[in-house]
Formats: sequence, structure tokens, C-alpha cells
Amino acid sequence: MTAPRRRSWPGAREEERMSELVKCTALRRDFGPVKALDGVDLTLDAGRIVGLLGPNGSGKTTLIKILNGLLQPSSGEALVNGCRPGPATKSLISYLPDRGYFPDWMRVSDMIDMFADFYIDFDRRKAEDMCRSLELEPGQRIKSLSKGTKEKMQLMLVMSRQARLYLLDEPIAGVDPAARDFILHTILTNYNEDGTVLISTHLISDVEQVLDEAVFLQKGRVVLHESVDSIRERTGESVDALFREMFRAQAWKEGENHAW
Amino acid sequence: MDFAIQSSRPIWQQLTEQLRRRIVTGVYPAGSRFPTVRELAAEAGVNPNTMQRAMGQLESDGLVITNRTLGRTVTDREDVLEEMRRRLATERTEEYFKDMETLGYDRAAAAELARSEGGRTDE
Repeated sequence: MTAPRRRSWPGAREEERMSELVKCTALRRDFGPVKALDGVDLTLDAGRIVGLLGPNGSGKTTLIKILNGLLQPSSGEALVNGCRPGPATKSLISYLPDRGYFPDWMRVSDMIDMFADFYIDFDRRKAEDMCRSLELEPGQRIKSLSKGTKEKMQLMLVMSRQARLYLLDEPIAGVDPAARDFILHTILTNYNEDGTVLISTHLISDVEQVLDEAVFLQKGRVVLHESVDSIRERTGESVDALFREMFRAQAWKEGENHAW
Repeated sequence: MDFAIQSSRPIWQQLTEQLRRRIVTGVYPAGSRFPTVRELAAEAGVNPNTMQRAMGQLESDGLVITNRTLGRTVTDREDVLEEMRRRLATERTEEYFKDMETLGYDRAAAAELARSEGGRTDE
């Protein structure tokens, strides 16, 4: 496992460049007999776009929920900016859940008002700009939005904050390929440059151009954490190809033990 | 001209090559303002850190000059531009020879073929 090369933003202050924004140590989380996270050690620096990549059930959503305080670890530790997830870290984290949670009767503009009330770092002008480019009509009721448009609205709200850590759980899963490019473009042009973006997805080929680093999660463990360029240099393959290779090999191995 | 990114090679190298080509072909004219990392990253749809790395290479090539007051500009030194143009042309020529070798033409035969085909004006 190669440590990712540190690269920095021009203009980022030195102490921010080198800071460990996220640090997980021997992090475990069980759901009954299921080990969703089975000893995760992971450090993420500030100012990076990181892909959290793994097949279904590998622990991506569990890890994200622990980082934003929605789940407690069974053992081990998760720190965000040196603190355990809690009230102090809520203001640093902008979270895009893997499903919608908004009441149907509200309008897009109600959501913008609510976010502006809740979060001191919410930038209303940015929200309005993004509504225009994503073709969201502020007067529309959430009920009347398509699945993909709802996802765009959620993303608009989440990216309008000047957060230190963006946790995006499957931001592109429900939209068509053209909208994916648009959403990735929105993420790239709106994230806070000193902030870190953690994007969980299994649609790797769609995101790999925007990533600095890739974290491969498998059965609750980090099996690879490397910069995307270093993966390409080392293997001569895309991250997507490497992912398919690693996880296909695993499926075959399992196949030898189970008769199917 | 859009950025084309292939899957198997480091992205920053591909960006560097395509930006070099844009500079020597005058897409960004000599002495003009060069786009910012963020502008280029948004255009290519890549991570700004990746584009920054390509920019660093262009700076060490001498193709892009960082000026404290003016920001980044394309070099106005014709010798630097000509050297890069020559280098890109040489690389393409080498690729040609390699490709011809797989077809069974040695360098002399390949050069002769280029000369005779290059002299033809009709299609």
C-alpha cells in the first residue's frame, strides 16, 4: 500500500495542507453477526477528492455514517479534525445521504431557506446559481420532482455549504450518464478548495477523472489506498479496471468454496 | 478541441501532452494569458490537483511563465516554442517508425515510403 503523494493547493495555508482531516483507527462496527466494518485504518488529508469504492455491502455507507455521527463505532476510533463525530463536527461536515429525506410538500425554495437557517456556512447565492445551472425551479414542490432531479436538488443544497468535509454517499447512482457528468462538474466547481470530498460509489469509471485518491473497501476493510495517478502508473490500468480485477478475483475464490 | 483522456495512463501526463500541443499550435497564443488551473480543470472535468501537476510540468518546460502581477502567460520566446514543436514532431516520427516496424518496414524503407508518399499531391 503506497502512501498517496501529498500535493497541495496553491494558496492553501501550510498547516491546513498537512492536516489530517479524517483519521480512523482500528474502526469496527457490527450489526449483530455482521461485521460491517472490520478494523478500518484510514487517514485523509485536507484538500483532496477521495473515492470510497467497494462492491455492495462492503461498508461504504457505514463508514460515512460513523464519520458524521449517525452511527457509533462498536470499537476503535474515528476522528474528524481531531474530534469525535458529534455536535462540534456537524458544522464542518456537509452530508449527502444515499436517500432523500425531505417532506414532499416542501418547495425547493423552502429547502434553501431551511439550510440557510441551519448552517452558518450556507451560501445562498451559490445555491441560486446552482439551481439555475441544474435547471431547478425554486417554486417547484419536491413531490413533483423526478428521482434524478431530487438528487440534483440534494446535491445543490450540500455543495452550497463551505464545509471542511463533504461526505457524498452515492451522489450519481440514480441519474443518467449525461446528468452524472453535470453532477461531477458541479462538485468540482463548487467544493471548498481547502475541504476534502469523500465520494462513495461503485460507478468508478464515471468518477475516476475527478479523484485524487481511491480507497478500496472490501468486507469492511481497506484493501487499497493510493493516488489515482499512482495506480495508473504502477498498474498501467484505470482504477475501474483494477477494481474489476481485484473484486472479480475475489468472487472466483469464493466460488471455489461454495458450490454455485 | 476537447481533452481526451484514456484509461490506462496517468491523467496528468495526458493533460500535459495535450496542453503542450495546444500551446505550440497557437490555441493559446504566445505571450497571451494562460487559463487558470481551475478553469482548465473544469473544462477537462478533472480534479484540480491533477491539472496543477500538468501545469507544473508546463512551467518547468518553460512554456508557461508565472508572473507575480499578471498571473500565468504563455511564453513569448520563439526558440522555446520551436524546441517543443520539434520535440512533439520527433515523438510522432518515432511512433511512425515503430508502427512501420511492426508491418515489416525497417527505418530506411519506412523513411523512403514517407518521402515518396509525402511527394504525392493527388489522393
